[in-house]
Amino acid sequence: MIRARSAPLPGGFRVQRWTRVSIASGVVTIAIIAVLAVVPFLFGADVTEQLTALLIFVILAVMWNALAGYGGLISVGQQAFIGLGAYGTIFLTQHGFAPYLAMVVAGLGSGAVAIPASLIMLRLRGGQFAIGMWVLAEVFGILVTLDTGLGGGTGVSLNGLNVFAPGYRQAYTFWLTLACATVLLGLVFILLRRRIGTSLQAVRDDEAAAASLGVNVVRSKRVLFVVAAAGCGIAGALYLANTLFIQTNSVFGVQWTAYMLFMVLVGGLGTFEGPIIGAIIFYLIQAQFGDSGAWYFVGLGATAIAFALFLPHGIWGSIDRRLQLRLLPVGYTLRKLETPVSGTGEPRADA
Amino acid sequence: MSLLEVRSVDAQYGLLKAVRGVSLIIEEGETRALVGANGAGKTTLLSVIAGAHRPAAGTIIFDGVDITRVPAHKRVGLGIALVPEGRRLFPGLSVEENLSIAGGRRRDGAWTVDRVLEIFPMLQTRRRQRAATLSGGEQQATAIGRALMCNPRLILLDEVSLGLAPMAVASVYDSLRGLISSGTTVVIVEQDLGRALAVSTRVTCMLHGEIVLEGESSALTREQITAAYFGVRQPSIVGSEP
Amino acid sequence: MNWVNVLLQGVLLGGFYALLACGLSLMFGVMRIINLAHGDIAVIGAYLIWVIVNQTQIPPWLAALLVLPIMWVAGYAMYVLLLERSRRAGLLVPLLTTFGLAIVIQNVLLQVFSPDDHSLLSSTGTLATSSVSFGGLSISIFGVLTLATAVIVLSGLQLFLSRTTAGRQMRATAEDPGVAELVGINARSVYAKATAIAVAIAGLGGIFLAIRQTFNPSTGPTQLIFAFEAVVIGGFGSPWGTLLGGIVLGVAQVIGAQVNPQYFVLFGHLVFLAVLASPRGGILDRRGRAL
Repeated sequence: MIRARSAPLPGGFRVQRWTRVSIASGVVTIAIIAVLAVVPFLFGADVTEQLTALLIFVILAVMWNALAGYGGLISVGQQAFIGLGAYGTIFLTQHGFAPYLAMVVAGLGSGAVAIPASLIMLRLRGGQFAIGMWVLAEVFGILVTLDTGLGGGTGVSLNGLNVFAPGYRQAYTFWLTLACATVLLGLVFILLRRRIGTSLQAVRDDEAAAASLGVNVVRSKRVLFVVAAAGCGIAGALYLANTLFIQTNSVFGVQWTAYMLFMVLVGGLGTFEGPIIGAIIFYLIQAQFGDSGAWYFVGLGATAIAFALFLPHGIWGSIDRRLQLRLLPVGYTLRKLETPVSGTGEPRADA
Repeated sequence: MSLLEVRSVDAQYGLLKAVRGVSLIIEEGETRALVGANGAGKTTLLSVIAGAHRPAAGTIIFDGVDITRVPAHKRVGLGIALVPEGRRLFPGLSVEENLSIAGGRRRDGAWTVDRVLEIFPMLQTRRRQRAATLSGGEQQATAIGRALMCNPRLILLDEVSLGLAPMAVASVYDSLRGLISSGTTVVIVEQDLGRALAVSTRVTCMLHGEIVLEGESSALTREQITAAYFGVRQPSIVGSEP
Repeated sequence: MNWVNVLLQGVLLGGFYALLACGLSLMFGVMRIINLAHGDIAVIGAYLIWVIVNQTQIPPWLAALLVLPIMWVAGYAMYVLLLERSRRAGLLVPLLTTFGLAIVIQNVLLQVFSPDDHSLLSSTGTLATSSVSFGGLSISIFGVLTLATAVIVLSGLQLFLSRTTAGRQMRATAEDPGVAELVGINARSVYAKATAIAVAIAGLGGIFLAIRQTFNPSTGPTQLIFAFEAVVIGGFGSPWGTLLGGIVLGVAQVIGAQVNPQYFVLFGHLVFLAVLASPRGGILDRRGRAL
């Protein structure tokens, strides 16, 4: 792997990861996190709650994109882990865990459950994986429904957070969400920047060829699968903390996949920044049209189809292609004579 | 009017230019051998003529009609059939099925499953057998038969002897001779120079995606062709290399 | 005798799943596309026959004859408008677009027909509920009719694929679309035809769905999952594999329900996961790839 920041290559090229823009955006990222961290001091509980919801969407979108955009794994069943994280939190608090600790443990537990699940699921390809995951989510949902201790199908509340005054509770939940989002996004960023990112892109582009070059396809996918499961599990736990009440139907529902698909396709499948943009757009659309009932979902579905067919790189991907912007560089930039040639980890033939 | 005219065709795979500025005229009834080393662009040129690969530039005229933008399945209807490199039969279909599906809405003509089995007697006992279970020679015969079932005016044969036992090659070529004498126009890509010269009326030699030599099979010497084949400089024939 | 009855019930239920699975299997076999809107398309068939029967008061069997050609045309349109472009855009794109289509269909149905349960029971009289007793066994007439229809459709499909030129061309295109074009087959038109057939059969499944149970706009995903499980358990192989897969699924569900009514769906899922986890990943081998 090329480690040097600007290694000279034959032909006058040099490889660059951090451009001036991306260093600047790294600084801005840290600043944004810092500003977000003080939001609970400046605004009321309602704003904090809204921002928590947005950050949960960001986590979900980034996780789904890590699977689909980098691993080539389209999952229709990530709600399996969202539900597991939420109900795991309930279960742990019922058994004496402090609520916030329970959330983190339940999230990590979802990742642990993903390890045996990956043994079956990663044998599947394409659409088989998609529906296989869906069945897994259904199974988890049914199993939870069968446990009356978890409220059966009628739903269950998270107790234990009422020791905090509502304003403080909301602030704590927000800070935990912000911390989890930062850690998870950072983890995905680092994963994709390291060797596994390059090998996963190779896998996505041509699995057979990548395997023949010695890329450990299954291991790379398994790492992503487990990370995405843990991320979705934590998102599910945080969702519970933000709403305080869950039902199996909604938390194990396939509408989560619809949301994730929409956010990632609109933002930009296979880009690091895209899903974050997609989550913000989705959040705004939901705030605006969320009450319009069925037509709102028709719009989501139709928009997702339109993006998949006509703008496959999403909003961010399209901006990026035009402007060669790369705020948080997952890939490499190949430069010659100070002219930007290509902006991604994949070699672009059209350069 | 010539049957096929290829005008300054470029074809590429990604950044790799496989065919560069090739022009070629094939007359009705002739048998053209297309020779050249591996990677010279012969297979790509045949694919472009058959419509399996879209050229980056240039024009293909068949029987006076510009077919550059005509999709492959319609070119079959016009009378162009390709026997692809590696035979590429439909492995799960029987010999008879491989033959009988050809053509879609094909031109009227004399070829039937029975007639194909007549010129390739080795297939007669294999009629209901899946193509995947055939020997190399039988597969090649089926592939040629499948192209014939389209009743082509121009048949393009890509490496029909590749990977076959010498006996099988001889038998395939015997059948081809009958075909050629019946007046079908043939373009044949062949590694074996001797065979190519023996069966063809004209020879075209390609190198690095360009045509470097063309002439009557009987008028060219093996030395001339071999020189062109390997790109040995012979200024009078080869012209300047890039 | 009770267990024999249970098994019989499972087998008949399996006929219904096989009918649902037919189209899914055909599209995967021919185009390598898994249509995530398959279940919702079946539900469209159910609503369609419900609307026709309720608006015109014609007998259900006549309405069914109208539904099939409508679904056929819808399937053709779906290929031309959605799948052709999706297929060319990459391996994973059809999954994204058919999932989007599923969301659109479910919510348009929700908007038009409300979330309430619908059923054709009032128009089909005792068809769905009557049964004959035979040596202590109780055999559902509608179940037998469903299984018979599944067998007829599967054999018809088998005959079509093996005996007709159009069917052989479909198999050839499934095996190698590039070469199919070179022998004069218009792969695009073959794909459109396969989609049309698959959607028409899904519509037929929807008709049986409408008669055997209540349905609402969110019935589709479950039908997709059951159909998919039948196909996978059957090993993505022959039509008879699909039938066998459907029957295994049906029997598993009925046995589950016998243990505890809440285990009905769960047992089916568990058998499916067990099949996936098994070394061969299916109970039949994977020969005969088209369908």
